[in-house]
Amino acid sequence: MKSASNGSGPKIGFYICHCGTNIAGTIDVEAVREHAAKLPGVAVSKGYKYMCSDPGQEMIAQDIRAQGLERLVVAACSPNLHEETFRKAAAKGGLNPFFFQMVNIREHASWVHEDKAAATQKAEDQVRAAIHRVRFHKALEKKRVPVHPDVMVVGGGIAGIHAALTAANAGKKVILVEREATIGGHMALFDKTFPTLDCSACILTPKMSAVKGHPNITLWAYSEVTKVEGYVGNFKVTVKRKPRYVKEDLCVGCDACIDACVFKEAKFPDEFNQGLSKRKPVYLSFPQATPKVVTIDPKTCIQLKTGKCKMTCAAACDRKAIDFGQKEESKEVPVGAIILTTGFDAFDPKRHEYYGYGRYPNVYSALEVERLVNASGPTGGDVVLRDGRRPEAIGIIHCVGSRDEHTNKWCSRVCCMYSLKLAHLLKERTGAQVYNFYIDMRTPGKTFEEFYDRLLKEGVQFVRGRVAEVNDWAMTREEEGRLVIRVEDTLAGFVRRIPVDMVVLSQGLEARKDALDVRRIFNIGCGSDGFFQERHPKLAPVSTFADGIFIAGACQGPKDIPDTVAQAGAAAAEALALVDAGHVEMEPNTSRVVEEECSGCKSCVPLCPYSAITFDEAKKKASINEILCKGCGVCAAACPSGSIRQNLFEDDEIFGEIEGVLS
Amino acid sequence: MTHHDKKGAGRFEPRIVAFFCNWCTYTAADLAGVSRLKYAPNTRVIRVMCSGRVDPQFVLDAFSRGADGVLLGGCHPGDCHYAEGNYKTLRRMRLLERMLKDMGVSDGRFRLEWISGAEGEKVKTVVNDMVAKVRALGPLDLPGKFKDWDSELEGLARSVHASSKEAAHVR
Repeated sequence: MKSASNGSGPKIGFYICHCGTNIAGTIDVEAVREHAAKLPGVAVSKGYKYMCSDPGQEMIAQDIRAQGLERLVVAACSPNLHEETFRKAAAKGGLNPFFFQMVNIREHASWVHEDKAAATQKAEDQVRAAIHRVRFHKALEKKRVPVHPDVMVVGGGIAGIHAALTAANAGKKVILVEREATIGGHMALFDKTFPTLDCSACILTPKMSAVKGHPNITLWAYSEVTKVEGYVGNFKVTVKRKPRYVKEDLCVGCDACIDACVFKEAKFPDEFNQGLSKRKPVYLSFPQATPKVVTIDPKTCIQLKTGKCKMTCAAACDRKAIDFGQKEESKEVPVGAIILTTGFDAFDPKRHEYYGYGRYPNVYSALEVERLVNASGPTGGDVVLRDGRRPEAIGIIHCVGSRDEHTNKWCSRVCCMYSLKLAHLLKERTGAQVYNFYIDMRTPGKTFEEFYDRLLKEGVQFVRGRVAEVNDWAMTREEEGRLVIRVEDTLAGFVRRIPVDMVVLSQGLEARKDALDVRRIFNIGCGSDGFFQERHPKLAPVSTFADGIFIAGACQGPKDIPDTVAQAGAAAAEALALVDAGHVEMEPNTSRVVEEECSGCKSCVPLCPYSAITFDEAKKKASINEILCKGCGVCAAACPSGSIRQNLFEDDEIFGEIEGVLS
Repeated sequence: MTHHDKKGAGRFEPRIVAFFCNWCTYTAADLAGVSRLKYAPNTRVIRVMCSGRVDPQFVLDAFSRGADGVLLGGCHPGDCHYAEGNYKTLRRMRLLERMLKDMGVSDGRFRLEWISGAEGEKVKTVVNDMVAKVRALGPLDLPGKFKDWDSELEGLARSVHASSKEAAHVR
């Protein structure tokens, strides 16, 4: 290996950022600057309060021109944040942007260490590594790759609907993929939305029809993404279209087949109504389902299970839309950007056994109550309990599956507010005494606190304390035949038993059960809570670490409808910015084969996950397709003759770093 | 372990070279920073795009230049940004571990960890744990050992040379 210790190499400029006190507070930046100034090859060594600011960048550009600097090293924050900034500063000074190396002394040093001497030592070592390395850098150019103009949105809840409409209104072709038979997501289940109490269906269904009618949107409901190949701007997505056993282009949703089904009575739990009502094997989820096409459930349809049905449904269809021979289809589509809006799962309240869900019929999940109070729900909005009674007292228990060490630690953000909404609706519909059992009331949002005030004035009771148990063991005559909520009232300072007729469990929000599988398909990350991980919590909230793949809505974390819609708009804007540019610039960190040194051993060929390496049998040499190569460097590490070089991560550069940190 | 607890001045501070993959472990270390977690200042991070870029020679070179430990961080199996680079890392490093053992580099000086981009906390616990363990092992000082071995060899060469001369003289 070439020695990095002679002074005859390229002229290096070194800059250290103080980042206000973020770096300078823990690291002796002046000592690091002096240390760097003495290193061989360093012609300029300067510090500045904020290197990323305009004057900081200008200083670099001027020094490059005035001093003839040939390499640039900046010690500042993470390259994930500002590498691009300083590459641009280098270019502005007339230097190839890849003659630059960044040293992360903030996230990896000043923010994580308290011992000033040790942090300074670490910074000096890392700076030395960069200075040793940068002399080996080569001039490189970013590749420009054309971008496919179409956008895919995965998940047809309010986030997906809004993102799809935004992109489609901008003139882009959008493919909206939805797993269920209809779009609408959780929002379609709700009667009213907090805190305005406007009707959920009235604001959602026009947007659903707009999706269906939009000339730029292709809606693939009852479909799932099974594979994503390619890279930013050039994805190839495989979508599985599940058979509905109904021809989507022929069905008009007239319900004639449903009426004609051999099952005279509906007898299977209706998923849309949370199992509170029954449906037939052939069904339409709800009247405004989009697309308005019936679906036949293969698990309950006699014809699909046994092949021995009279098929009265098919006979009743004058458009001959029913097709029992329909098969699953697989479609492959090219898109430039993907927006994931796959939503959340509500916490399963069965996991808190002591609240009696599934054991006592009158303990309801909040989603069930959403359907119960809904005018188009199983009871037409009439709040009647499973045993036919009307409740005189109702207890709403907050934080079921939220803020709990044993299940989910996070606050689900929406439960306080939707519990208030349900309290209002239940009181309005039943006139019952309504209790809310809460840990803390969290009402941070526009007119949220005012809504809470309104509920207080409406006479809803609030008891501060985590409920210990719901049971039916009566201790007094008043409790007989009712449910008893045992709770420590932490404001009054004693344990109470409150008899009620109905219990509502305010379920928290969780990541989808299959979020881990989905994130693998799209090659993005999940946080420790299971929600999809954004690229940066503040500055890139809808981007992911996979370029060209964006996230919005509750798949990223619990949020309410306004926040979800705002994020969906943001994700659509990010996707538009990408596809509208027409091309993307790719990091030039691809690998290449130095042909003269290749021994033709073929070790590298099977290693490449992208099949970018081919072997020329005539020349007996390997070669790498630069467009297919994604720059992992696995081949470079494996090449026994050292003839594969990864740009920006060449052996010389990495050995230079090792020598630098340890010298 | 807290580094600033420097009551025992002259306590051995191991030098650990850490190769972190850009997408998972490097990001996790960034997250640890953003979250202001505090951990031992003994690692020196070298960023690679994928843990699969780490040539076993990098690890050997680090030891031979005086590292007391080498930490390699990649994405969890199944979560590699490049589909399967980390499996290749695992394969290679299992072999390397055997080799290191034969070379007298004890267990615990080389460590392969899967740390996802969300696991800032894991960066802290892994680094602290590794620093404590390597500190307990003491300095490795391969450069010093190389010197010793070189001088031993020189001595040996000298004595061989001298005795062959002697033999020639006798003859």
